[in-house]
Amino acid sequence: MTAVMETAGLGKQYGKRWALHDCSLAIPEGKVVGLVGPNGAGKTTLLQLAAGLLTPTAGTIEVLGGHPGSGPEQLGRVGFVAQDTPAYSRMSVSQHLRMGALLNSHWDDELAFRRIEALDIDPRQRAGSLSGGQRAQLALTLAIAKRPEVLLLDEPVASLDPLARREFLQVLMEVVAEHGVSVVLSSHLVADLERVCDYLVVLVASHIQVADDVAELLATHHRISGPRRDSRSLPADQHVIEESHTDRQTTLLIRTEQPILDPAWTTRPVTLEDIVLAYMGQARDQERARKSGLGVLR
Amino acid sequence: MIEFQLDSTSGVATYLQLVQQVHQALQLGLLEPGDQLPTAQQVVGKLAINPNTVLKAYRDLEREGLARARPGQGTFIVGTLPRTDPATQARFLESMAKWLRSARAAGLGTDDIEAIYRTAVRNCFAEGVA
Repeated sequence: MTAVMETAGLGKQYGKRWALHDCSLAIPEGKVVGLVGPNGAGKTTLLQLAAGLLTPTAGTIEVLGGHPGSGPEQLGRVGFVAQDTPAYSRMSVSQHLRMGALLNSHWDDELAFRRIEALDIDPRQRAGSLSGGQRAQLALTLAIAKRPEVLLLDEPVASLDPLARREFLQVLMEVVAEHGVSVVLSSHLVADLERVCDYLVVLVASHIQVADDVAELLATHHRISGPRRDSRSLPADQHVIEESHTDRQTTLLIRTEQPILDPAWTTRPVTLEDIVLAYMGQARDQERARKSGLGVLR
Repeated sequence: MIEFQLDSTSGVATYLQLVQQVHQALQLGLLEPGDQLPTAQQVVGKLAINPNTVLKAYRDLEREGLARARPGQGTFIVGTLPRTDPATQARFLESMAKWLRSARAAGLGTDDIEAIYRTAVRNCFAEGVA
């Protein structure tokens, strides 16, 4: 299995702060990967490292088996759409496409113009007068028409209205179906990711909390509730991600490969959003525990 | 050609929703052997879902002997499902209604009844698996 992105001990430091720390990942090829986490978690840093816009402070990163930004060959294999889908506002749409053709060795001009036409965008229009949704589509078109093997998208739909967001994702999924390109997409709109992603990476406070196939995540996580009990009394195969207790009841979100046999528990399936929130909450609690621990030491 | 819909609040996995919609269409006679299913590209262009989800649903249908992929052409219906007999449906509806009336008379509310139904379905189908 070839990895679309493989990192080992990857870290990026700005001054004293680690934007990304000790990140080890192996994302298989041919997936649509959702990268989720709160603002400032390190999503943009990871994507920019993968695109070759940043160099690591620690560890290694390989994209499609090559080093990001190592040369024109590698750059041509990776399509990157930055946050807020930037475009040159004074240049027309067709000038953008011409620029793409001149700068990329595998540029597919027919594909680029076909996409713009399908989107009902006038190629003579200046990029500055496009709507947010159209500008995002232009940025996506530029990234697709260079015919990359992997597309990296940093919060491409965050600033779009629901309709433009849906249209963007429709086009993106069509491209995946047509060209079999791998995608890594960061977002905090979990409902969108639930539809399009088949692999999920949760990144919180510069650490990877979980990274796995969506089907695997949904099959192995359960919400169980029953009479109040200590979560430490669970079987060894049940890992508690989230817990809450009232004076009588205990509710847990657990990960386990095994069936849940204890008849005292009522088991409910969870959504991807439940899982994401549970891992984010777990990371926040660990961070708090770490900080209060430091406080005691002082 | 049928058109798929998604219910994102149902909690049913997306690929399973697609499989179920093909089953229903077969049971209702909306799909027959020889009919083509929408291509993965058509489905994802409409629903904005992962193409692998569509392919997974189609693979499931192939395993069940209901559909077959023809290279370069698409996926076609090749099997049939027994159409549910209206008389059978009516018979079970009647016995269910009778059961519901007695449950209500015993003081059970909608929530109680739904909880019983869910538990019974789960137990019944779990037996089938084991």
